[in-house]
Amino acid sequence: MADVSRPGGAGRLAVRKTYKLFIGGAFPRSESGRTYLVDGDNVVLASRKDARDAVVAARAAQPKWAGATAYNRGQVLYRVAEMLEARHAEFVARGVAAAEVDAAIDRWVWYAGWADKIAQVHGGANPVAGPFFNLSAPEPTGVVAVVAPPSFLGLVSVIAPAIVTGNTVVVLAAAPQAAVTLAEVLATSDVPGGVVNILTGHAAEVAPWLASHDDVNALDLTGVTDPALAADLERSAAGSLKRVVRPSAEAADFTADPGLGAMTALLETKTVWHPKGF
Amino acid sequence: MFEYAPAPESRSVVDIAPSYGLFIDGEFVSPASSGGVFKTVNPATEEVLAEVSTAGPEDVDRAVAAARRAAGPWSALPGAERAKYLFRIARIVQERSRELAVLESLDNGKPIRESRDVDLPLAAAHFFYYAGWADKLRHAGFGDNPRPLGVAAQVIPWNFPMLMLAWKIAPALATGNTVVLKPAETTPLSALFFADVCRQAELPPGVVNIVTGAGETGRTLVEHAGVDKVAFTGSTEVGRQIARSVAGTRKRLTLELGGKAANIVFDDAPIDQAVEGIVNGIFFNQGHVCCAGSRLLIQESVYDEVIEALKRRMATLRVGDPLDKNTDIGAINSAEQLARIRTLSDIGAEEGAERWSPPCELPAQGFWFAPTIFTGVTQAHRIAREEIFGPVLSVLTFRTPAEAIEKANNTPYGLSAGIWTEKGSQILAVADKLRAGVVWANTFNKFDPTSPFGGYKESGYGREGGRHGLEAYLA
Repeated sequence: MADVSRPGGAGRLAVRKTYKLFIGGAFPRSESGRTYLVDGDNVVLASRKDARDAVVAARAAQPKWAGATAYNRGQVLYRVAEMLEARHAEFVARGVAAAEVDAAIDRWVWYAGWADKIAQVHGGANPVAGPFFNLSAPEPTGVVAVVAPPSFLGLVSVIAPAIVTGNTVVVLAAAPQAAVTLAEVLATSDVPGGVVNILTGHAAEVAPWLASHDDVNALDLTGVTDPALAADLERSAAGSLKRVVRPSAEAADFTADPGLGAMTALLETKTVWHPKGF
Repeated sequence: MFEYAPAPESRSVVDIAPSYGLFIDGEFVSPASSGGVFKTVNPATEEVLAEVSTAGPEDVDRAVAAARRAAGPWSALPGAERAKYLFRIARIVQERSRELAVLESLDNGKPIRESRDVDLPLAAAHFFYYAGWADKLRHAGFGDNPRPLGVAAQVIPWNFPMLMLAWKIAPALATGNTVVLKPAETTPLSALFFADVCRQAELPPGVVNIVTGAGETGRTLVEHAGVDKVAFTGSTEVGRQIARSVAGTRKRLTLELGGKAANIVFDDAPIDQAVEGIVNGIFFNQGHVCCAGSRLLIQESVYDEVIEALKRRMATLRVGDPLDKNTDIGAINSAEQLARIRTLSDIGAEEGAERWSPPCELPAQGFWFAPTIFTGVTQAHRIAREEIFGPVLSVLTFRTPAEAIEKANNTPYGLSAGIWTEKGSQILAVADKLRAGVVWANTFNKFDPTSPFGGYKESGYGREGGRHGLEAYLA
């Protein structure tokens, strides 16, 4: 079952892939040494310590990523689409429908184009009464912890809008093989290490640590299906006044036009004032 | 000053064909009527680079018809798919930018340093930027269901051939229009190279068509009944003619025309940076820049200091081989343009302004003009009123901010302006009162695909670049 990448030839035993975490641009095993079985594959089971390591990596990467030009971030996201296109077949072999891989590639392209446009659509000059120049521009919130939905398109639909504006993310992935394979794409796409960190394991076990972590600025609960868990996590997030993206009441349709909400939920607005006068 | 050893860029990175046809409906074709060829030369050597076809009325008909046929399917494509074509073009322009930079410097005379580091990166960036808009048009603020206009006739100048092409084609395609573009007759080669980029990107035939020729071809194109939109960048005089010719039609029009920008230096300005900005403002691209800072306004109390520093800096400018990476100032684009610069400069001297150029040896072959400043210029002088479009700076003085604003606005143009002062509130107060479409503060000649560019008054109408640049191509 696990040997989906390449059939073993006559007398040849296929080499299996170990599905490891993706933290700070590297692929470590869990510090806890735990793994679990998913469809016959051994997958690393993330621990509390892994989650904290991932937050440290995300925090370390965030200022530089946010400080990169929007043009540069857009180029990097577009590069993800290029690399994903090249590995299309591998995702199909992992059980992702070809049309869903296509949609995921297109979603990276869509968000790539937003990098240098969101400030124009979501910010601008304010016509204040007085001799002042006053401009509002969006800025990233910081480190975003994400409980990802299980579909591959869903996973891309929560990562891309978070990072395009300069946030960095710690993602709890629900479908680990596709998520780790996406991590391999990201690792070869000029996405700086630490911008996206992917943890595999049980959301109910790890998410509370992220929700209560004081160095996480926002919590995206899109992938949480248990309302009681979502409420618990939201309560934990209140401790550091994290921005929270609640799961939608109905099943989310990731094939629909994503709109701007996924991006704007993870943005702050900064308004700069300056006097005018001789 | 020590001399740098020559550091020439190899011209062998780019192949130039001996002759070129027109690019219509995805193919290079011969013009319908023979006899229509002209030569494009390297202005630095006067060497003939290639023979290029003159598109006559029948050719323009064919190109417009091809664009019309392509318009329906192109605009019907989902925005995300149009986006991907534009991303492909952006990528190819990036990958082939070395070839394009050399080609541009050969055909235009601009220093390779500028074509390599400014023109080509910006051209690619424009395609990237507008690629991203193709599937986001309903977010652009021009209504819920913005629609393309149809066929765009686009005429571009010779000063930034590839960059102007990108400014024109990228937003037109992103919004679902198809185009017929006419490059300038002295610099057609990068547009013809771009035709090949479109083929490499597998852009559907007819979406981009390139017709070459001189003013008559341009006139035929913009007056063609089959075009829905006209976009022109060039001289104010031609802009006037085009505005007249589209009057009474349903054609939409945007014009990016001339300028006579004031670059205002206040007494608290950072002088060294200001001098760099003045030099960049007027000597970048040999002064062949519509937004060039061609009128320097210096506050009297720092006049001597600024002029002395400026002359010292100008003495370090290297004029010569455009393909040499050390070159700051390349060749004047054509004999005709050189004659115009000489005429206006002579008039400046005759009218009593004081002319100065650094010691500077100009090559014997080709079209060259030394960087020049005129001091003691008054507002009545022709060199203070007319666009010279060359490396010639007119220097005026002022005492108060109000006088600076008065003088800066005393022009029929209104494309750009510069302000040099350490006082932020003064920057904003002066910027408020300047009648110009782009105001640079403590910098000059900055361009970015995200930022609208265009003029007030007789510098034209419409904006290119940024979200605003989409409007010109949307119904």
